[in-house]
Amino acid sequence: MSLNRRDFVKLCTGTVAGLGVSQMFNPAVCEAISGSLNGNRPPVLWLQGSGCTGCSVSLLNSVNPHIKDVLLKVISLEFHPTVMAWEGEPAIEHMYKIADKYDGKFFLVVEGSVPTAADGKYCVIGEADHREITMVDAMKELGPKAAAVLAVGTCSAYGGIPAAEGSQTDAKGVRQFFEEEEIATPVVNIPGCPPHPDWIVGTVTVALDAINKHGLADGLGKVVEILDDEGRPTPFFGENIHDNCPYLDDFDNDVLATKFTEVKGCRMELGCKGPDTNSDCYKRKWNNGINWCVQNAVCIGCVEPDFPDGKSPFYEPA
Amino acid sequence: MSGCKRNGAAGSGKAAHIAIDPVTRIEGHLKADVTVENGKVVDAKLSGGMYRGFEQILRGRDPRDSSQIVQRICGVCPTAHATASVMAQDAAFGTKVTDNGRVTRNLILGANYLQSHILHFYHLAAQDFVQGPDSAPFVPRYQKSDLLEDRNKDLKAVNAAAVDQYIEALDVRAICHEMVAIWGGKMPHVQGIIAGGTSEMPTKDRILEYAVRFKKVRDFVNNKYLPTVYTVGSVYPDLFKVGQGHKACVAYGVFPLDNANSKFMMKSGVYYDGKDHDFDPSKIHEDVKYSWFEDSTSGLHYSKGKTVPAPHKDGAYSFVKAPRYDGVACEVGPLARMWVENPPLSPVGQKMLKEKFGLDAKNFRDLGEDAAFSLMGRHVARAEETWYMLDFIEAWLKEVKPDEETFTAYEIPESGEGTGFTEAPRGALLHYLDVKDSKINNYQIVSATLWNCNPRDDKGVRGPVEEALIGIPVPDVDNPVNVARLIRAFDP
Repeated sequence: MSLNRRDFVKLCTGTVAGLGVSQMFNPAVCEAISGSLNGNRPPVLWLQGSGCTGCSVSLLNSVNPHIKDVLLKVISLEFHPTVMAWEGEPAIEHMYKIADKYDGKFFLVVEGSVPTAADGKYCVIGEADHREITMVDAMKELGPKAAAVLAVGTCSAYGGIPAAEGSQTDAKGVRQFFEEEEIATPVVNIPGCPPHPDWIVGTVTVALDAINKHGLADGLGKVVEILDDEGRPTPFFGENIHDNCPYLDDFDNDVLATKFTEVKGCRMELGCKGPDTNSDCYKRKWNNGINWCVQNAVCIGCVEPDFPDGKSPFYEPA
Repeated sequence: MSGCKRNGAAGSGKAAHIAIDPVTRIEGHLKADVTVENGKVVDAKLSGGMYRGFEQILRGRDPRDSSQIVQRICGVCPTAHATASVMAQDAAFGTKVTDNGRVTRNLILGANYLQSHILHFYHLAAQDFVQGPDSAPFVPRYQKSDLLEDRNKDLKAVNAAAVDQYIEALDVRAICHEMVAIWGGKMPHVQGIIAGGTSEMPTKDRILEYAVRFKKVRDFVNNKYLPTVYTVGSVYPDLFKVGQGHKACVAYGVFPLDNANSKFMMKSGVYYDGKDHDFDPSKIHEDVKYSWFEDSTSGLHYSKGKTVPAPHKDGAYSFVKAPRYDGVACEVGPLARMWVENPPLSPVGQKMLKEKFGLDAKNFRDLGEDAAFSLMGRHVARAEETWYMLDFIEAWLKEVKPDEETFTAYEIPESGEGTGFTEAPRGALLHYLDVKDSKINNYQIVSATLWNCNPRDDKGVRGPVEEALIGIPVPDVDNPVNVARLIRAFDP
């Protein structure tokens, strides 16, 4: 199933309701990919560690492009525990087979953190040859073979809630895990609890475009260039929420909401962590543009490396 | 490609052991170990393979943080965890939620019920019956999958329609998420469900935005989801006869219809030994003899609950504790709620049960105990519950008042305790909160997965899904399709 150029451009184009991926990037990006698509969808292996599947569920909400087109036309999702038909050991064997067949050329998406305590026993993802495969095992095996890792969600990027104070599982984000295991594969963080579907699909789009233009190694180099210090793509995570907030005027005029249901007023007194949070939620909004956290209540800073401990208590001013 | 790994020879009359790890198309990490003799499952062990430690992470935090933290237990049903958490907080803080707050909470949780039930049938379970496109992630699959067309090659059109609905349901479930986000803020993981009520007051415009989307979802449920479940079910009459398990269930009650929590859309109740019983939370305890937790913490009521992991404990095989009600292994979920409430069946259901099974069924219990407590009965219960709640959502849309307060202010007390009882789409859910020095002193969660997917209890009695696996037909050990089919029917 290949895509022609016009179809792909259409895929990336947003409607009035939702901000399409193309509106984040130069529309030429979509044009460029569409020109070089040859029907070979890049293989993607999606691992779930210590997480809640919320990132996958969020991805299902992708509108522009539609999730059906992402799954059937843009990528070849060879392993995903929540979506795939296959099950049991053969599914794990299939995953390893794809990793060998496309050594250095497949993308590894990681959702959830990697719990390293108790020999990795806090997260078993399956079996192969009657042997338990822990998340740690799978990351050690697949990490070095992947062209790049997309660390999807705050757990995968920075540890997130499974790594919060009080946890005993020694859960780690992918970058930290790779550093300790000396795995050199590039990691792109797409944090958020969960991430917005556009952040995931948009990052994949940019990566595919760069690879098409510059080849695998140089293309990935171009992707790394757009990352901030926390490994996040700046087009999505380059702006501060408070500085761009529709309630900023209220803040400047000292109009501060003291109750959740007040329609007017900056949310800072209610605990809003917008001033310490960088993402484009303020303009992208969520669920096809229907609402977002600050309009509804407060930002809890879920895209930041210090989430949740550094943002807690959520309902007290920082 | 061969089926799942097994030890022992097929068809020799000897026992074959089959391990399915991972069980896919569920939320979380689950392994099924079954023993098959003479084409049937004779023993089963379910192993939950992940432990994150939410109950420890919550200790010492501001109690209000819990409704955000606990949502991250499950990305499919965060609204239910938020609901249980804020109900526990309301109880501990002594807060009286306004009518408008209660109704808005119902509308948020209700939209996610629709989302979750539709997602479960189409995107998790349907591939057990329906052949998807010949490309990843729909292949590879079992060679002999016992799909619709394997049973009857004339069902090509039914299969094709179901695949179309799989795609359409992606949109419908996303629309449900938009409905959640109207007052929830975003989804997954909402901001809008807070202690004291909800954070955003409904407006006329927002109620209309919800209603417009709801109409689309309602049409899909009436015209596609409900009839398709019965159509698929009619091709598998044998699956109405297997998977009965303990025939015991518990429901806590969900969607309060008044502020005294005395009336619910789905009422609370317990059923075992063929009898109905009133729900009494003091009769719940959690065993851990076969779970990777310290033995000294076994048998405790949740209000005294302790969570001390022991990942290398001998003899244990799961990170899931084993809750019991009055010592009984009870299942939870749509079947439990429908059995306890026994509401009328949809006209579509009544007609199709008559036509396809010759069954005169007006209310859910008219299905009979054996057919209701079955693999396919659990799918029917979920679809019928989806239909049953449509009129309630319609009524809440009329009941909710524009621009009227949904939030009640409160003080966090120095000490206090409270339990929030609700139902996630997949089953009974309780959160227990104990506050000391205005911080969380203890937090205990007994979720649907704990009730359904638990290992043996201290007496050695199998958990509900384990027991329901007994007798499941596995005529071909290379293609043990019915094992995960049964597990998925629970939406574990």
